[in-house]
Amino acid sequence: MTEAVISVRELTMAYGSRLIQQDVSFDVMRGDIFVIMGGSGCGKSTLLKHLLGLLEPAKGEIVYGEQNFTRSGPGERQKLRQNWGITYQSGGLISAMSLADNVALPLEQYSNYSKADIRDIVALKLALVGLDGYQEFLPAEISGGMRKRAALARAIALDPDILFFDEPSAGLDPISSRRLDDLILQLKESTGASVVMVTHELPSIFAIANNAIYLDADSKRMIESGNPSWMREHSEHAVVRQFLNRAAEQAAAGGDS
Amino acid sequence: MSESATASLSADDQLLIAGDWSAAVLPTLDSLFTTLLETEGPLKVDVTSVTVWDPRLEAKLLHLQRLAYAGQRQLELLGTPDSQTQLFKLATAVAPYAGTAATSSGLFTLKNLRSTLADIGDDLLESLEFLGATTSAVLRTLLGRSGMRRREFIESLAQAGPQAMGIITLTSVLVGMILAYLGAAQLQQFGAAVFVADLVAIGMLREMGALMTAIVMAGRTGAAYAAQLSTMQTNEEIDAITTLGINPLEFLVVPRMLALLLMMPLLVVYADALGIVGGAVVAGGMGVTPLQYISQLDSAITITHFLVGVVKGLIFALLIAIAGCRAGMNAGRNSEAVGRATTEAVVTAVVYLIVADAAINILCQLLGI
Ligand SMILES: Nc1ncnc2c1ncn2[C@@H]1O[C@H](COP(=O)(O)OP(=O)(O)O)[C@@H](O)[C@H]1O
Ligand SMILES: [Mg+2]
Repeated sequence: MTEAVISVRELTMAYGSRLIQQDVSFDVMRGDIFVIMGGSGCGKSTLLKHLLGLLEPAKGEIVYGEQNFTRSGPGERQKLRQNWGITYQSGGLISAMSLADNVALPLEQYSNYSKADIRDIVALKLALVGLDGYQEFLPAEISGGMRKRAALARAIALDPDILFFDEPSAGLDPISSRRLDDLILQLKESTGASVVMVTHELPSIFAIANNAIYLDADSKRMIESGNPSWMREHSEHAVVRQFLNRAAEQAAAGGDS
Repeated sequence: MSESATASLSADDQLLIAGDWSAAVLPTLDSLFTTLLETEGPLKVDVTSVTVWDPRLEAKLLHLQRLAYAGQRQLELLGTPDSQTQLFKLATAVAPYAGTAATSSGLFTLKNLRSTLADIGDDLLESLEFLGATTSAVLRTLLGRSGMRRREFIESLAQAGPQAMGIITLTSVLVGMILAYLGAAQLQQFGAAVFVADLVAIGMLREMGALMTAIVMAGRTGAAYAAQLSTMQTNEEIDAITTLGINPLEFLVVPRMLALLLMMPLLVVYADALGIVGGAVVAGGMGVTPLQYISQLDSAITITHFLVGVVKGLIFALLIAIAGCRAGMNAGRNSEAVGRATTEAVVTAVVYLIVADAAINILCQLLGI
């Protein structure tokens, strides 16, 4: 039995008068690894921010389970968000806080754990992403790849039901980015969370996605949805096939190295 | 030598382009394009006899293609060599972007002035909104129900206070000296040089102490706030804070605003004192003894003058914090946004400061303070 954890219904997104995407509809099922694909600038991050409630739809609705998120007030939204883990494309780690304080933030905010418990959990989560011992470092003092992993540690701090990742492995070298993909897959398997992931860098897609949508920048529409392997062979849209075949080549090349 | 470049319209409305297009002087094509666009059917351009291609010709043909596209006409290029066909395909693969880039405001004109005034009006409304939102955040903080962290507050305090002392010292002493020179030159004519002390004391206390400190703080701390917050905006830190259920106003704006509100009155008093010392140095040079200066100060300095300056300092602190934090919080997402936010913070703050200062002075006059 699978049920939709997120339903997006005819969502139209715009910045002021600038239309980004229109009439986007899809469901994310429980346990899915759901990938939002598309060329850069097509509106993937924008869609993610709508799912997170950081931007308001120009039209359409987003529903989480039974709850209409678009029509919910701030309090109700906050309740839902307690069960989410999020990493942002530009990092989103609080630059003035150490890694430990960053990872502790959701725990302090949403749990009643004692200070000592929080410290232990922070060490555990940092260990999971290979960063135990870096507690007192500031985000600016570690490398880009480490920052991505630290953000991941913060995202999984509260064992969320839904994980949102915006280009988690973008900008990393192939080996680190592959490791991060593996890490995401393992974390997902051990927690049973649903994952919504934005990426345009795609060895990840075939490695981990079971469901995907493709946003097209020119027509400003979602032109394809389904399983990415199926899409690669059978999509009626040449751009989607090209996009995924290029990705497949990258994945193969990455596998050899 | 190959034959020179030519372009002409044939009897059946084909544009014939031929010859060596790399020459320095080329035939103009624009009027031919206009004529061609007035014909019916697809636009035909024959380039079979072009002997030497040149980027200028390619650009012209692309221009024609855009004109055809805009008029929903078909453009047929006859006899293009393969390399040119490829190039043309690339250039026309993506239709030109129809939107407009942000326009620069251009030079100063009357229209500009009007729109500047309108901008200031809008700006003021937005600032009031921001103030409203922040006030409720401040209240929640005072009730102990907020996401403000002690560490953020302490860092803001250091930035708003001790770190600014050096520059405040310099400007205050100099302003005190300037006031003294300004007055002394006039007062000496009446043999009343000793009244320099009154001038410096009242000038610093009521006016220059608060205003100069505020202007320095706008350029220093207000700009720093804007830069910090807009960097956090670009970095999606503010998004992260929001989704973690923390109110970014409480977490980021309140500590900065409170720090400035707390520090400004202290800095104003410090500036007043140093300004008076600066004035004493100049007065000494004019033959006013320290003892005379001090006894004159005693009658010049009143609690009212002092309080006017301190209250001004508080109001200025609020304005600087609003201008800086608002510019930072509302900054865009690209890397230029940081620069723009800091400029906006300083310019807005200085305008607010001067307008507020004038308003307070008028009010004091009316109330007889
Ligand atoms: N805050 C914003 N204001 C205005 N336009 C924006 C903003 N953020 C992104 N855009 C524009 O919206 C489009 C989609 O951006 P984004 O969702 O970041 O794309 P991507 O698919 O690469 O993640 C881009 O053209 C971008 O320039
Ligand atoms: Mg993006």
